[in-house]
Order: sequence, then structure tokens, then C-alpha cells
Amino acid sequence: MGLASLSANLLLVSFIAYLVATLFFGGAVKGAKSEASYSNHRWGNVGITITIIGFITHLGYFITRWMASGHAPLSNMFEFTTAFGMMLVGAFILLFFLYRTPSLGLFALPIAVIIIGYASMFPREITPLIPALQSIWLAVHVITTVIGESILAISAVAGLIYLLKHVDMTKPSRQRFWLEAVMFTIVLVLGFVLSSTTFKVAGYEAHFTYIDKNEAPAKITYHYPPLFGMHEYEAQTPGAMEPWAEMPAVINAQKLTTFVWSVVTGTILYLILRLIFRRPIASLLQPFAKKANSQLMDEIGYRSVLIGFPVFTLGALIFAMIWAHEAWSRFWGWDPKEVWALITWLFYAAFLHLRLSKGWEGKKSAWLAVIGFVIIMFNLIAVNLIIAGLHSYA
Amino acid sequence: MSKIKCQCGHDNPFGTVLCEKCGRPMTEEAKKSEVVDMRYEGSARRSQTYKRSIIDKIWNFFSSVKVGVGIIIAVLATSAIGTLFPQKLYVPVNQDSPAELLAYYERLYGIIGTLYYKLGFYDMYNSWWFKILIGMLGTSIIIASVDRVIPLYKSLKKQRTKRHASFMKRQRIYGAGLSGDAGSSLAKAEEKLKNMKYNVKTEDGAILAEKNRFSRWGPYVNHTGLIIFLFGVLLRGIPGFYVDQTMWIREGELRSIPGAPDYYLENKDFILETYSKEEADEVFGEAIDRVGTIVKSYQTDVSLYKKKEDSLPGSTDLEHVKDYPIVVNKPLKFDGYNIFQMDYRLAELKSMTMQLIEKKTGKSFGQFTIDLDDPEGVYELNDGARVDLIGYYADYDGVENGEPVSKSPIPNNPAFIFDMITPEKPNGEKSFVAIRQTLETEENAYQVKFVSAETRDISGLTIRKDKTLYILLLGGLIFMIGVIQGSYWNHRRIWIQKGEGEELLIAAHTNKNWFSLKKDLNAVKEFADLPKYEDRLDNESSSEEEEGEK
Repeated sequence: MGLASLSANLLLVSFIAYLVATLFFGGAVKGAKSEASYSNHRWGNVGITITIIGFITHLGYFITRWMASGHAPLSNMFEFTTAFGMMLVGAFILLFFLYRTPSLGLFALPIAVIIIGYASMFPREITPLIPALQSIWLAVHVITTVIGESILAISAVAGLIYLLKHVDMTKPSRQRFWLEAVMFTIVLVLGFVLSSTTFKVAGYEAHFTYIDKNEAPAKITYHYPPLFGMHEYEAQTPGAMEPWAEMPAVINAQKLTTFVWSVVTGTILYLILRLIFRRPIASLLQPFAKKANSQLMDEIGYRSVLIGFPVFTLGALIFAMIWAHEAWSRFWGWDPKEVWALITWLFYAAFLHLRLSKGWEGKKSAWLAVIGFVIIMFNLIAVNLIIAGLHSYA
Repeated sequence: MSKIKCQCGHDNPFGTVLCEKCGRPMTEEAKKSEVVDMRYEGSARRSQTYKRSIIDKIWNFFSSVKVGVGIIIAVLATSAIGTLFPQKLYVPVNQDSPAELLAYYERLYGIIGTLYYKLGFYDMYNSWWFKILIGMLGTSIIIASVDRVIPLYKSLKKQRTKRHASFMKRQRIYGAGLSGDAGSSLAKAEEKLKNMKYNVKTEDGAILAEKNRFSRWGPYVNHTGLIIFLFGVLLRGIPGFYVDQTMWIREGELRSIPGAPDYYLENKDFILETYSKEEADEVFGEAIDRVGTIVKSYQTDVSLYKKKEDSLPGSTDLEHVKDYPIVVNKPLKFDGYNIFQMDYRLAELKSMTMQLIEKKTGKSFGQFTIDLDDPEGVYELNDGARVDLIGYYADYDGVENGEPVSKSPIPNNPAFIFDMITPEKPNGEKSFVAIRQTLETEENAYQVKFVSAETRDISGLTIRKDKTLYILLLGGLIFMIGVIQGSYWNHRRIWIQKGEGEELLIAAHTNKNWFSLKKDLNAVKEFADLPKYEDRLDNESSSEEEEGEK
């Protein structure tokens, strides 16, 4: 077995391990009366052991892929997002040993699983490095950034638990609405994974030619039935669906098609879940959060920002500037990815100041943590896929 | 302003909330509160004390964290708007032509694009208002830090070991109760706390255990780093601190380096390499199949020369400094300058070789080569024939008003007018020759025919010199030290003192991470048999503990 396929198998093992560990953490939470009594629960110990095994195989995936390609596997959307999932689990393990709370695992691991699932929808083959990425800084800058971002993400997980516990789901309120909106977004990601996998299994492909925004001819392949056509498109695959509408040159109709398919699939999935359970998803998850200690969750939410913020600064700003100076001759160029890294940094700086000086704790702080995660995800997904810039490599 | 005298005898500066020495509440508000606000130790801050003059008002505005956060949010939100559409710099049109820029945004983004341009968002990071925002952020960082760090330093320095009971009672973590033997409990607590690496001070039946006070300075250290960084950015406006030039240099050319006087660069070769399927083998094969060609490297082999020091001004007496292959991520470095591989153009025409023939017989009078950068004008051939180049259009773009026109001096599409002088036609015949076409005013007997062309590549290089980089790096380093100092350690204090009779009072405070503080406190409590305490902001875990004990 070659290194590349060994690597793929190791990733699969860790994916399954995280799923199984989630169940054990669920058992630990369910079997306990409160935070104090479940901190050393047997099921929790099994859960963390399986999580660590999963993390080690995940690390194995990373190392073997590095060996196979000769460069740090952080050069495209699949590799970066998978590494993010890995570090998220790593950050969870770190905080578990600081605070020993299975509640965190019960929510962090499924999020890691969804992130890995999402990553797997992008091209997974090993790509050789383009000249701009051929540098030791690829490993240094991206690994540090990913570690920083994943520790910051743990803050959002703790925040989510806090909110699930404290937002009153029995009567309508703005907080209830937004909490359910967060859940809906997660279901949409599942919708993307589901629809993408379905068409991939079916082997759907449709080829088009079109005119790009610099008025040059270009080619594109759809993996979903094309709902929207590219600018001045011409179908090259006989029998493929005729797009409903043609888009202007600035809109990537192929990505829009993927997006709409995912939203539709996700919405249907959400409606089915609502029909089965007859309750908002957030209230469905509430019992799992109820036993978590509020002060502890608040503390974890704050502490993970404190731990993650310096790492993020180092990786996403300082190392980024050093590398940008080597590769692009300037340390800062207001490229969208750079700007969004700065926005993330400013946001968490505001978070810390509000918390320190204005006493924003509890729900307010939890909401800020969730918004911070949304910004990180926006930078990872939207800035890569929608806003074109120097960092668009997926 | 008058001082406020505390009952303990200490003179506090005007505006103090908690006595610097014993901690007694000094204001009505503090006296009424259950858990006292311990931020900045209740010290007198300028911004909270003086509110009269205009300077006070400006000071108070910028010292407010609320205002600071407001500025942060404003920078954040406006920065986000700037990423909606590409910034001017990344737009592939003439940067100096407002009309072309406007047309670009209008064509691609319609009305919103026009608006984006008109409102200046297309170049917003260089706009005056964005710079003002950054300036305000810097001001806020300086004033807010100075307003807090000095009083905080003073009151931490002056703090007394023995606190007044009213101070203890108002801490978030507080406990009071009888102990079997208060004296031995205190001694044991002291021992345990010392083991736990606390700094322990004692005074008249009271203990103050303190740890990691240095972490309180973290925010001020990191703010200093930020200010140094912003200062470095400001410096680049000063001439000489910062050079940013570009140069296009053809293969074989030797040119002076713009922005770097006395230095010359020769472009020996430009090489563009792509990943080939063979070398990529099975690992990359799949990716290359999907995407097509993937570039492996852009490389310019150069020689660097320096003008000899004793040479006369204007002379070109050069000294070879070094040869270097410039690739992306590996700039050429010399004397504070960096030269980066940024761009390229492949296969620009360098010279064209032609021959003169007699149309009827096909007889050739020989070949001649036209250097497209510097055409000679007259080319002598065999048998007394010669060709005069009487018109050269490097980038031929059709005929206007009966005259051929060239749209640029770059030989993208060269065209020539030749005068062919032969023994048979001594007055010459005129012919217009462009790529794949020959025009004649009347039927000629002779013809200039294209034989071959030579091409060369051009490298686009960027030259930078940035004296501010070390200042920026220093700022970054200091920021990192400060942010780590403030985030990875926390300042913990535990007060234990005798109350009435055998009663013991305990209180504790930390600037963050209460969980670990309580762990420490529990260890001491167990060892020294201290009274129970409560965390007055966490009702759940105390009730849980009771549950656990049941």
C-alpha cells in the first residue's frame, strides 16, 4: 500500500473514532447528574481514549501525506480544512485535560466530524506546489494559524453549550431564533455533504465553455446539475440539463449551483428533522447541555480565547507578514484573506476588551464566541470560494 | 486636588475607590456593593477624576474602553467593506486612469460597482478617513494604557498585607468561619502557599499570598508593541526609509536598478518550468490530469554589478558582485535591497532575419538581421544590392491618415518599410512588410522575405528596500511577549487573616481563570483546615458540591 492510500485510510479511521467517541461522551453526560459528578465518569475516560486514538491516526494521515507529497499537506481546501478538524480535536484534548468535562467533547467532536466531512467534498488528490507556496513558511504559517483558529473555535463550542443551556427554548425570542439559525446552518453543511456525495456517487458531470470576467474564453465542469449557467456559456456535454439562467461574469455560476443545491438539500433535511421530532433542533440538544456547569463553560470559552489569541496572532499575522514579504515582496497588501485575518484578530481583541472591562460574561460572551467562529469559517470558506484573491486555491 | 484620608491613616489620591493600602471602600457606591469591582484595584484614574477642561475631555474620550472597542469595530466593519470587490491594486487595468477604473467596476459590478468606485471603497485602505481611524486607534491605545497602568502600578505597590474586613467581605471569593486553632492554620497555610510558589507576606495575623503579578503588565507591554508597529508603518512615509520599484528586464539586457543607485542587473536567462507528468509520477499525476499544467518555478538568472567606487561620474565601469537565480520565495538580497521575481513575459521578438530576392528567379542577395531594439537603417548585401529601412513600426496597429501607426515601442507586431536598391533598380523599390503581409504601391521586381526570428523572455522584478521592517518586527515581538505574558499567566492573590477570636477570614482574587484559583485555594483549605468559602458568582458548583457530598 502506498503512502498516499495509507494516509487516506488513516483519515477514515480517525473519522470513525471521533464518531464513536462522541457516543461515549454522550453516555458520560447522560449517566451523570451534574458536572461535578461526571468529571471522572468511566464513559468519559473511554471517550477521551478513543478521541486520542483518533487524533493519533489523524496525525498519521497528516504525516504520511506530507511524506508522500514532499510538502506540508496544507496547500488546498481539503488539506487545510482537514487539518483544521484535526487541530480542533487537539485543542479539545488540551482543554479536556485542563477542565475534564465530557460536555465539551460531546459537542466538539461532532463539529470536527462535520468539518472533516465538509473537507472531503473537495478534490482530494495530492497537488504539486505552485511557486508561491514553495517555502518553509507554508508549514510554519499555516500550522500555527490552524492551531490558533481551532483553539478559538473551542471557545465557540463552549459558548454554544452555554447558550443551549441558558436560552429559553419554550417561548419565542431573538436568542432562540438565532440559536436555531446556528443549528440550521450546521444542517446546511450536512446538506452540502449529502448532495455532493449523491452526485459524486452518481458520477454526474457536465462541461461548459464560457467567457470569464477578463473577457477571455474558459472551460468549467459542473458536478451538480447546472441550475445556473456561466457568463455566455455553451454546453459541451450532450444530454446535460440546460441551466435555468445565465449569470453575469462576476458570479461563478458553478459555485452558485453547488450552493443552491446544498441549501435546498439542507432545508429539506431540516424540515424532515423538524417533522420527526416536532421540536427545534436546539431544544432537542438542550438536555445534553443542561448538565454542563455554566461558570465552567464560561471560563472555558474565555480561556480558550486567551490561549488561542496569541497563537493566532503569531500564525495568521506575524508569520503571515514575514512570508508575504518573502513571496510577494510586501508584508501586507490588503488581499481579502489578509483583511479577514485582521478582522478576525480585531474581533477577538474586541471580545477580550469587552470581557475585561465591560464585564461581558455569560450569554453575551458566548454569543461573541459563536460570532468569532462564524468569522473564522467565513474566512476559510467564503473568502476562498467567493472573494477572489491571492489565497484562492480551492 | 485634595487627598482622601482613609481610616487606616493612608492618604489616597482624589478619585480612589478602594483605599490603596487597606482596601476599605472609599465611595458610597463601593460601600453599597456586594462584590466590589476590582478592576485596576479601585485606584484613582485620571479619566475618572478630572472632567473639566477640553484636554480632560479628549483624554477621557480616548481612555474609555468602550470608545476603544467602538474604534476597533469601525476598523473591522470598514475593512470588511473593502473586500467586497477587488481593490484598485488588483484590478487589471491602467492604475492611473480613473476612467478605465470606473469602467472596470461598472462593467463587472453594475450600479453597486459604480457606487463602490465613487465612494472611494476601491482604494479605501489608502483613504484619509481610514488613516484617521487607524490614528484614532493608536491614540486610544496610548491614552487608555497610560490612564490605567500608572495607578494600577502604584496601588499594587502600596497594597498592605492586612486588609480591612470590609474589603475581604466584598471579594468574589470570600469565606469566614471558626477554625480550631487560627494560629496554626495560618502557619500551615503559609507553608502550603510557599510550596505552591506563592509570594507570601505576613503581617499581624494576616497573610497575603501573591503569584504572577507580572502578568498584569501584559496588556501594557502588548500595547507598547502595537504602538511601535504603528510607528514603523508611519515611518515609511519618510523618503529613504522605503523603496518600492518595478523593472522589466529582457534576457541579455544590463540595466541600472531603479531605486538602487550604482547597482546594475543583467538578466541572463528567464526559465519557466512546469511539472511534467513523468517526474510527477503517480503522486501528482491525478492532479495534473484534472487541472492541466501546473507551474513549478519562475526563475530569473541574474548577475549583479556595482559601479566601481573610484570611477568617474557617468562612467559605466562595473564590478561584478554576484550571480544569483531569483525565484519566487527566494529574492536576491544585497545592501538592504531585495529583488523579487514578480512577473514575466515570454517570447518577445528580439530580432528578425530577412533576405532580399528577385521575384522572377528566386535569386537571393543574401540575408540581413534587424535588431528590433535598435534597427540599423542600412543593410549592405551581395552583388551591390542593399536594403534601406525607411520606416519601422514596433507594434503595428493598422494605418491612420495614410500612415502606419505603432501602438507601443514594444515589438509585439513589427512592420517595416524597406527601400530595395539593386543594380537593376538603382532608384529603389518601396515595400511595406509586416508579419504575413507585404504591400507594394506598384508591382516590384524584388522582395524582402522573412527568414527567421529570434525571441527572448522578459522578467518583471520588484525592488524593495524597507528600513522599517526591523521596527515592525520589534513591535510584533514585543506584542507577542506582552500578549503571552497577559494570557498564559494570571495574577492570583489570596488573603487569609484572623478576625474576631478564633475566626478566620479568607478572600481571593484573580484577574482571570477563577477555576485554577479555586483549585489552589482548595488545596490550601484542605491542608490548613481553613473555613469554607464561596464563589459568589457561581451558584451552580457550590450546590453541586453539596449534591456530591450527600
